Amino acid sequence: MTNLKLLWRDRRFWRISGQFLAVFLAVVVVIILWSNLNRNLQQLGIKFGFDFLKQQASFDIGETPISYKPTDTYSRALWVGLINSLRIAIAGIFLTTIVGVSAGIARLSDNWLVRNIALVYVEIFRNTPLLLQLLFWYFAVFLGFPKTENKISLWGLIYLSQNGAEFPWFTLSPEFSALLLGLTFYTGAFIAEIVRGGIQSVPKGQWEAARSLGLKPGLVMRLVVFPQALRVIIPPLTSQYLNLTKNSSLAIAIGYPDIYFVSSTTFNQTGRAVEVMLLIMLTYLTLSLTISVVMNLFNRMVQIQER
Amino acid sequence: MTNSQLLWLRKNLFSTWYNSLLTVVCLVFLLWIARGILIWATTQAQWAVIQVNLRLFLVGRFPQSLYWRVWIVLAIASTLAAVTWGVFSSKQRLTKLGLTLYILIFATLLVILPLDFTSCLWLLLVGVLLAIGFWIGRRFTKVIYPWISLVWLLSFPIILWLIGGGLGLQSVSTNLWNGLLLTLLMAAVSIVLSFPIGVLLALGRTSNLPLIRWFCILYIEIIRGLPLIGILFLAQVMLPLFLPVDIRLDRVVRAIIGLVLFSAAYMAENVRGGLQAISRGQIEAAKALGFNSLFVVILIVLPQALRAVIPAIVGQFIGLFKDTSLLSLVGLVELTGIARSILAQPQFIGRYAEVYLFIGLIYWVFCYSMSLASRRLERQLSR
Repeated sequence: MTNLKLLWRDRRFWRISGQFLAVFLAVVVVIILWSNLNRNLQQLGIKFGFDFLKQQASFDIGETPISYKPTDTYSRALWVGLINSLRIAIAGIFLTTIVGVSAGIARLSDNWLVRNIALVYVEIFRNTPLLLQLLFWYFAVFLGFPKTENKISLWGLIYLSQNGAEFPWFTLSPEFSALLLGLTFYTGAFIAEIVRGGIQSVPKGQWEAARSLGLKPGLVMRLVVFPQALRVIIPPLTSQYLNLTKNSSLAIAIGYPDIYFVSSTTFNQTGRAVEVMLLIMLTYLTLSLTISVVMNLFNRMVQIQER
Repeated sequence: MTNSQLLWLRKNLFSTWYNSLLTVVCLVFLLWIARGILIWATTQAQWAVIQVNLRLFLVGRFPQSLYWRVWIVLAIASTLAAVTWGVFSSKQRLTKLGLTLYILIFATLLVILPLDFTSCLWLLLVGVLLAIGFWIGRRFTKVIYPWISLVWLLSFPIILWLIGGGLGLQSVSTNLWNGLLLTLLMAAVSIVLSFPIGVLLALGRTSNLPLIRWFCILYIEIIRGLPLIGILFLAQVMLPLFLPVDIRLDRVVRAIIGLVLFSAAYMAENVRGGLQAISRGQIEAAKALGFNSLFVVILIVLPQALRAVIPAIVGQFIGLFKDTSLLSLVGLVELTGIARSILAQPQFIGRYAEVYLFIGLIYWVFCYSMSLASRRLERQLSR
């Protein structure tokens, strides 16, 4: 009896039994959901399994970096989608860094006009939905361009038309261009604020010391202030890169065939909700993890090296 | 031009040759853009698409005979907002400029919006209520302050009841909740529901019970690794598969579940930041006074932690407000969804720029005012 009373008062008992209760409840819920799922799938006549990946996809994809025909398999189609996702993510991360860092530095310029243009840019792009911006770039801007016959020339370097952006050595489809511009300017506005915060976190004494050594303002920024600001900038910058990659799934709204677009078409044709969802999860978790790992390595490089 | 103006120009625009060059380039760029926009807006754009469809943008296909309910909802929400604003800005003086600006905004709204007589009266009433609410908030700050969040919470079911009906009111199917109304509703419902879940997840993640901690970490990291559109897909398509056959969930309810699942994970990370900001001494002091763990969390830790992360939560709300636009991709007719259906009307085909700019402006006004409010709150809390 006294033993039981002791047990009753022991905090360890409560901690362990509480956890087991929580796990037990979670397991029960999962079992119920799982049995519902099985029953529902049975009723729909679908068996769980990934063999549908070997079937013929029989849908066309607008943009194919590797050779692809509608007679190819679903796995080939998904592969094309994945490469398209990677293309947009890498190009987006590269461009948005340039735009974001420039706008962030411009926010601190001593030129009133530059400072305020950057401010207006940030406030406009940060406070409207990305989806809306993408729709605007695609439908209002790119589809609003003239036909290919009278394309607009920008200094003979870029030609803009309904067929997208033509550079002398390559062409970008209107879907890719709109998605890239949308993601770049949206994420860039967030990065600008991160960069500004990072630069402002560097003590003023660092500026003054560097200036007193006779360094020009540009060099002070590049050699003294920015490397120190990077320590503050990188962690939130990483999450912006992750956001950009995840947000690239909005490609479905303007018809750029990324992995989400292809998966969703696959689901519509085969009805394989569970398998497709697992594939989507796996892809994005892998992408996110890769970006995190790379950025964490980079982060370790710029931290203060102490003995 | 006076001397001081010249000095300002010299200091801010033409301090070095390099800055002068930048100024000139920027000016040319601005003029070029302004000219383009002006020409487009006055000669090429057809603003009729906005004028004709204003009702659709705001409330969609909500039955016209029941508009009074939407107006009452607007009146309640704006009065409460004004009271809250009054309470939090009690230290500032109301300037003459602010008052003139306020009256001017309402007057222009009354003039430009193509409203009928009753709507004008309602709008006028809302304007007056805003002013009264602000005055009450400033006058009775001390009395109202502790109750304000409770009043907000209580107003919530009333607002839902007014919009959805039932209990003596004619009920309105969720199919007819459209436009800005649905956008605001989805954002508010999701943030309110995801808040307690987020707090629990954050507590779980920082708890020293390993099983619970792992479960919370797993949930938060998986959800944060997925794009929102994937989670909405999960909620729309997979959720019915996980439920018993005879339970059918409404499309709007499924969307809310998706948004809550998503938002709770992000909320948890925000709250975790607040939890980490609390020094161990606070917890130890509370324990030394004989509080048990539950009371330490509820009475000591959470109030301090949540206070610290209010700005982050407002930021989360802004993000969620923008993200509701994705609901148009899973078939809901909120602001972006209604824009899509308006663009499908045969007489307005191709008027993308006008429609998108207009709804962009609506989103912008809401998000920008929220971010202004959050900045102000931050300043007030850091005092």
